[in-house]
Amino acid sequence: MTAATGTPATGAPSGAAAPLRGRITPLDAVRDAVVIGRRNLLRVVRLPQLLLFATVQPVMFLILFTYVFGGAIEGALPPAAAGEYLNWLVPGLMIQVSAFGSGQTALGLVEDLEKGVVDRFRSLPMARSAVLAGRTGADLARNAVVIGLMVLVGALLGFRYQTSFPRFLAGYLLALGFAHALSWVMATVGLLVRTPEAVQSAVFLPVFPLVFASSVFLPTATMPSWLRAFADHQPLTVVTNSLRGLMLGEGALPPGQVLADQVLRSGLWIAGIVLVFAPLAIRAYRRVAT
Amino acid sequence: MTDPIVRVRDVVHDFGRTRALDGVSLDVPGGIVYGLLGPNGAGKTTLIRVLSTLLRPAAGHVEVAGVDVIADPTAARMRIGLAGQFAAVDAYLTGRENVEMVGRLYGLRGAAARARAAEVLDRFGLGDAADRRVATYSGGMRRRLDLAASLVGRPQVMFLDEPTTGIDPRSRMDVWELVEDLVRGGTTVLLTTQYLEEADRLADRIAVIDVGRIVSEGTADELKARVASTVLEVHVPEADRARAAELLTGVAGEAPATDTAGTALRVPARDGGATLVAAVRALSDAGITPDDVALHRPTLDDAFLALTGDPATHAPTPTGRTRRGRRGRRATEEVAP
Ligand SMILES: Nc1ncnc2c1ncn2[C@@H]1O[C@H](COP(=O)(O)OP(=O)(O)OP(=O)(O)O)[C@@H](O)[C@H]1O
Ligand SMILES: [Mg+2]
Repeated sequence: MTAATGTPATGAPSGAAAPLRGRITPLDAVRDAVVIGRRNLLRVVRLPQLLLFATVQPVMFLILFTYVFGGAIEGALPPAAAGEYLNWLVPGLMIQVSAFGSGQTALGLVEDLEKGVVDRFRSLPMARSAVLAGRTGADLARNAVVIGLMVLVGALLGFRYQTSFPRFLAGYLLALGFAHALSWVMATVGLLVRTPEAVQSAVFLPVFPLVFASSVFLPTATMPSWLRAFADHQPLTVVTNSLRGLMLGEGALPPGQVLADQVLRSGLWIAGIVLVFAPLAIRAYRRVAT
Repeated sequence: MTDPIVRVRDVVHDFGRTRALDGVSLDVPGGIVYGLLGPNGAGKTTLIRVLSTLLRPAAGHVEVAGVDVIADPTAARMRIGLAGQFAAVDAYLTGRENVEMVGRLYGLRGAAARARAAEVLDRFGLGDAADRRVATYSGGMRRRLDLAASLVGRPQVMFLDEPTTGIDPRSRMDVWELVEDLVRGGTTVLLTTQYLEEADRLADRIAVIDVGRIVSEGTADELKARVASTVLEVHVPEADRARAAELLTGVAGEAPATDTAGTALRVPARDGGATLVAAVRALSDAGITPDDVALHRPTLDDAFLALTGDPATHAPTPTGRTRRGRRGRRATEEVAP
């Protein structure tokens, strides 16, 4: 150990050292969020198996659903899908990935809580918002990669958007926006339940039925009317339909729906979820220590 | 005395039905190591969490470096460093990345954050390991890294919750040296510990905390003196014991106690060496030659055990020094003179 005991500590202030920060400005808050976000992303980069597992699961869905159900379903699809279940499925899986992936936000926060990392952050003169902003921000980047990889595999198997690249890109961004909104929901959930085991069920229990009772995998037209009433109006369906409209053309929407209207609704859902859950998450974060 | 750098007044905190802090008040003078000593569940961590802005107490007033911690936690955070009971470092980052990140969150930027991280890592003997992932670090290295990270913002007051729990004796001594070094540089260190030896060696002042209350406060010597005086222990042959007890009563002004084995006679030695000389002279005048005579200074263990809870519930510690000290005070029975 090289600690030279004769000399005064380099770390210690003599008398009153001026603090490095006065007040925390909004710019500081952005800087802090970037620092935390970078830290969270480093974990993904250093443990690439995390990213691999996150991608393998949707790719498995992609392959299984395409080859197992594809043949049976293709006849029931609107012509905009160009007779390919794969074309129909990829936009849906973008939302499925967002929904299941959002659990990672909760897990990441719970892990930091358990390891005392959140305590350390809370004892630092950093912006209170940064831990959550850095977490959801990093998860957005992770989702961008996972969804991108999934689409790439889809393209290798034969997925083709039927509209234009800008429209496809708009759909991709809309999916990311929705994933981000769900991250805030799961951040709240994680901060409320606070153990990894509880997070597993708190994420899986609501997300699983939400994904299936939607247009993510299949058109809702053949569902019983009570289920359909729910499925048609829940956000996963609204956003999935928008993605299909953007990537496959207006004809991919259920009869009577207009693309612009669906996209607007999707935007409202995303904004609404963020406006409700971001403050809830921040409040839960503030209370987490008491 | 100058103004205390940490001032705690009547702090109360409950977790549900558990009263973790029950009206704690203390003053920590600047520039010293202040030890919080207490058994498991005494409330040490809770108090550290209150002081380091992690926990808002139900009642009371807390000031650190002139800042009201409850009213203005952000200003307090700029002046403190915290190393919690468990090292809060990221295993998948390198040591350097960990320290740099904390530096940035204190407001250091770019080159300044890098330079400061390098400086602190070197100082903590982690220069060579700085670019390895923390996952490859030993427990002692992690602990040092945790301390390094809490120091990177040049805090005026450092809070260390059990800084040497779970590390080997060598690493423990390293941490002690680092703490002493910090204090030489002007930082105030408030640490909790369950190791009496650590408090004795490191802390300039000690507060003993038990079930949420400060039960005693002072220097280690003051605490020892408060609960136990120096004890004179005399071993005499069986045949002389009754007579020796009588003589010792005359010298000490109080009947001697004997340990359970019945071989030693003990009296408080209020005048230390003078008591010993007087006792030996009295015995020798009566023609009794003691087999052994010794003075035992009370240890911090004696103070700790006397101050915290029912002594019968405390298991004896395995060191001979401790047992002897305790026997002097406790496991004794009166011997009829
Ligand atoms: N989050 C919590 N919820 C409920 N009770 C708690 C919580 N934290 C602490 N306590 C209780 O408060 C009391 C004080 O706990 P604290 O952790 O401060 O003790 P400690 O002195 O640090 O003990 P140790 O030496 O074991 O670390 C204990 O009775 C403990 O069970
Ligand atoms: Mg503790």
